[in-house]
Amino acid sequence: MVDTLLSALATLLTFQHLFYMLIGVSIGLVIGVIPGLGGIAGLSLLIPFLYGMDEITALAMLIGLVAVIPTSDTFSSVLMGIPGSSASQATVLDGFPLARQGQAARALSASFISSMAGGIFGAIILTGFVVIARPIILSFGSAELFMLALFGLSMVAVLAGRSLAKGLAACAIGLIIGSIGGAPATGEFRMIFGFDYLYDGIPLVIVGLGFFAIPEIADLLRKNSAIASGHTLGTGWFQGFRDWWANIWLSMRCSGFGCIIGSIPGLGGSVVDWIAYGHAVQTVKKDPKFGKGDIRGVIAPESANNAMQGGALLPTMLFGIPGSGAMAVFLGGMVLLGIQPGPSMVGADLHITYSVVWSLALANVMGAGICLALAIPISRLTQIPFQRLAPFMIVLVCFAAFQATRSLADLVALLGLGVLGVLMKRFGWPRPALLIGYVLAPQAETYFYQALQFNGWSFLGRPGVIIIGLMTLASVWFGLRNRVDEHGNVVPNEDDAPDVPSFKAHLPQIGFAAAMAGVLLIALLDSLKHDFLAQVFPLSVSVIGLAMLAILLPQLVRGKTGHHAHFDAELTGDHVGQPGVGTLWGGLAWIAGLVGLTALVGFYAALLVFFPLFLVIRAKAGLVAVVLMTAGAAGFILLLAWALSLNFPSGVLQDMADLPWPFR
Amino acid sequence: MASNVNITRRVALGLAAGALALGLAGPAAAEVNLSGKTIEWIIPFSAGGGSDTWARFNAPLLSKYLPGNPVVVVVNEPGGGSTKGTNLFAARAKPDGLTILGTSGSTQFPYLLGDPRVRYEYKDWKIAMAGPTGGVVYTTPSLGLSGPEDIAMLKDKELVYASQGATSLDLVPLLGFRLMGFNVQHVFGFKGRGDGRLAFERGEVNIDYQTSSAYLKSVQPLVDAGQAVPLFSWGVLNEAGEVMRDPTFPDLPSFVEAYETLTGNAPSGPEYDAYFAFFTAGFPAQKMVFLPKGTPDDIVAAYQKAFEDMKADPEYQANAETVLGTYEQVTGPLAQALFEKGTTITPELRKQVATMLGDEYGVKLGED
Repeated sequence: MVDTLLSALATLLTFQHLFYMLIGVSIGLVIGVIPGLGGIAGLSLLIPFLYGMDEITALAMLIGLVAVIPTSDTFSSVLMGIPGSSASQATVLDGFPLARQGQAARALSASFISSMAGGIFGAIILTGFVVIARPIILSFGSAELFMLALFGLSMVAVLAGRSLAKGLAACAIGLIIGSIGGAPATGEFRMIFGFDYLYDGIPLVIVGLGFFAIPEIADLLRKNSAIASGHTLGTGWFQGFRDWWANIWLSMRCSGFGCIIGSIPGLGGSVVDWIAYGHAVQTVKKDPKFGKGDIRGVIAPESANNAMQGGALLPTMLFGIPGSGAMAVFLGGMVLLGIQPGPSMVGADLHITYSVVWSLALANVMGAGICLALAIPISRLTQIPFQRLAPFMIVLVCFAAFQATRSLADLVALLGLGVLGVLMKRFGWPRPALLIGYVLAPQAETYFYQALQFNGWSFLGRPGVIIIGLMTLASVWFGLRNRVDEHGNVVPNEDDAPDVPSFKAHLPQIGFAAAMAGVLLIALLDSLKHDFLAQVFPLSVSVIGLAMLAILLPQLVRGKTGHHAHFDAELTGDHVGQPGVGTLWGGLAWIAGLVGLTALVGFYAALLVFFPLFLVIRAKAGLVAVVLMTAGAAGFILLLAWALSLNFPSGVLQDMADLPWPFR
Repeated sequence: MASNVNITRRVALGLAAGALALGLAGPAAAEVNLSGKTIEWIIPFSAGGGSDTWARFNAPLLSKYLPGNPVVVVVNEPGGGSTKGTNLFAARAKPDGLTILGTSGSTQFPYLLGDPRVRYEYKDWKIAMAGPTGGVVYTTPSLGLSGPEDIAMLKDKELVYASQGATSLDLVPLLGFRLMGFNVQHVFGFKGRGDGRLAFERGEVNIDYQTSSAYLKSVQPLVDAGQAVPLFSWGVLNEAGEVMRDPTFPDLPSFVEAYETLTGNAPSGPEYDAYFAFFTAGFPAQKMVFLPKGTPDDIVAAYQKAFEDMKADPEYQANAETVLGTYEQVTGPLAQALFEKGTTITPELRKQVATMLGDEYGVKLGED
């Protein structure tokens, strides 16, 4: 084994391999920086070039790309509050507050160092683990996978926010959104309301961008200021490195989690960052400021998500089971290179596996180094007045959203969920709880049904199930004691919430809670139309959600001023009463305008109209700036679309006339 | 959706002969020139996954062998279990040879089942190439079997199969096991055959199938170690539309042979016809490349020639086995015959399958 390891390392360290890896790393960094675009887009870009390359070189390039996306996606998570990809959603919670406090460079450098450490540590674990991985992965049956989904859901406890009823109701809504589409047990289509789009469920990228990116854009846009409040970028690199060094054990633990969870096929990587974040909140004792800008809330998920990529390679290479969309494309690339995954990856082809593992570590070093160098210049983006930045962000978010199914419906879904996200943010409904519910709904339902089919209720007695069950209980226990939300730690839970003593002022939040009850009721009624196996999951979830609202609504109506359930940012937020603050709906109206225009004339033509309009009317930019910025954005989007060989969503115009690409 | 009468072998032969004549009538392929053009190859699936990999493998070769060496780009239009991109192709593609469609069993099945989302008609299109695939069914030695000849021992056993869903490609094993009279519990919700194999290795299921290349790579070692017993291959179709032994597994009986071992008779009747339609759409005619309605014959011929010529390319030969399994991509009369067989079902058979799925598995297919 040592021989194999060394010879793999020797081939890896040749100039040619390093060069191709650098190409992969560079593309990965660019793709990662663009919010919403992740490994799928990046790998699709590279795959046409694989022809004629030798296996190890091509793999180095692919790995270089996959490895660094969770490194560079941190830029938009920290700087804009927009998750750069699904791997760094949790980074937003503390990274973005740090950027707003003018500490963007510190947050970024801590995050890049953590990413690098996570990637390297992940590779070290993999080196040993790969040999014994097969039996361990095989010991996770449907029953254990169901328990792991529950363990993931237990992170809702820590993220439920000030009002537990509200948090659990948000999670229930997430679980309901996640159960839209075909039921795993019978294939019946639930809650599709006659829309073809909903048959496959709402894609993750749409949910992530809708609930996190859109509310942030809307919020920043109304304030007309730069993202960073101060004029400094913080003490930068060295502070970030010291932060990481001070929390090295946290970083190691989270890398371990990331690596192991990534390597278990079926759970999916999208929840790893939340588990790491939850773990940090549960275990950090000293002076926690989570939710308000605690550097440990950045270090934990960033250490985990790079390590997770390494772990996710195992089921892909050993069993041919891709754990994520990006891994599916990676698998496709492997097959195109003539490498068939299978048990020989730890036998005759072990050298390939090791070259992959060590490419991963090297790529992480390269990626983190480049990102560190870029951290300070890119951080300056946070000092630009946001109305100049906004049209780029809106167009990029829409561009990322329609990668999901490449249709107008993606944009409409983004807008719809964006409205919901804006309202949830306003009324203090914890969006992370919703997201975790959404991500884990299919897993929880499918594995529960399969476990019952395979083992009956006796699955509860399996040792793995009991162990994970105990971990889940511990996680709930520690989670509830350490709950956080956007306003920091909320335990002990005192009824001192900022509030306005007037029933009339509470009406909007009461109305929103009632509307959410309506959503759950619709889900409940829909579930009654289906067979038992297809109905039991959404039915139970909607009943639990309604029960939570039955607790919440009376609290909202009758609770005394400052009751912990009360929250409405429009009454008590920092911006209230400040001059020059626009309405909550201004940003949404612009996004709706872009979506509406797309429906009429197609996305690319809509972009060409939207950009100058926004810059002239909203940003009051001069003519030269308008022309330059529009041309830059249009050119950039065109280049991306060309490289990804995609057609833009079309509108009414395209149905009537036959236009050349990109207007087609 | 049009549905023709179920084609008998003789009709298939006739069709094949007709297609052959058609193919011979079109040596005008040299007149087609696509230089400087860009061809969009619509793949109604996301990037990654079998169909996308298949198209990305073929695309550069297609570019190399089409007259004028046009650029061939793979355009993913996923959604609606592949119905969205296919509907788009049916509605938008012009018959100029610049837009082609790659379909899979998952595109054929909703069409055969009368899924309400289907707004495409296979019979409108012209086939350029068909890519067959195959697979092997295997079980565990703990049920007492030591080889394919012991298949009768499964008769009274409680079998469990990890299925991707009753309307997915796993409809073929579902119908096949029913036909054989096995008592199989289908556990749904698996993400792919790889997931199913994992469930087999974990001991959660005791009967499974894998496509040929995955079988050779991942199940053969289990067989050699005495942890799995092969039962039969699904088989391949010859030009007469008969099920033959899979040449990749000459020692394994085909489904039809296994059925004869079990019952003493050759399979027949409406249940077999239903199985046969979905089997064809799912295996021998799983992957197909189409040109839109009304495409001139010389363009179709140019495509067929390109797909035929690429087989001699070293690039093709180097990786064909990992990407395509062990099967040759076919054009001409055999492709035409597979196309006809794999996209035809009588209304009665469709109704029969739909009723069975609804009654026994709670699957609702919607209004036709």
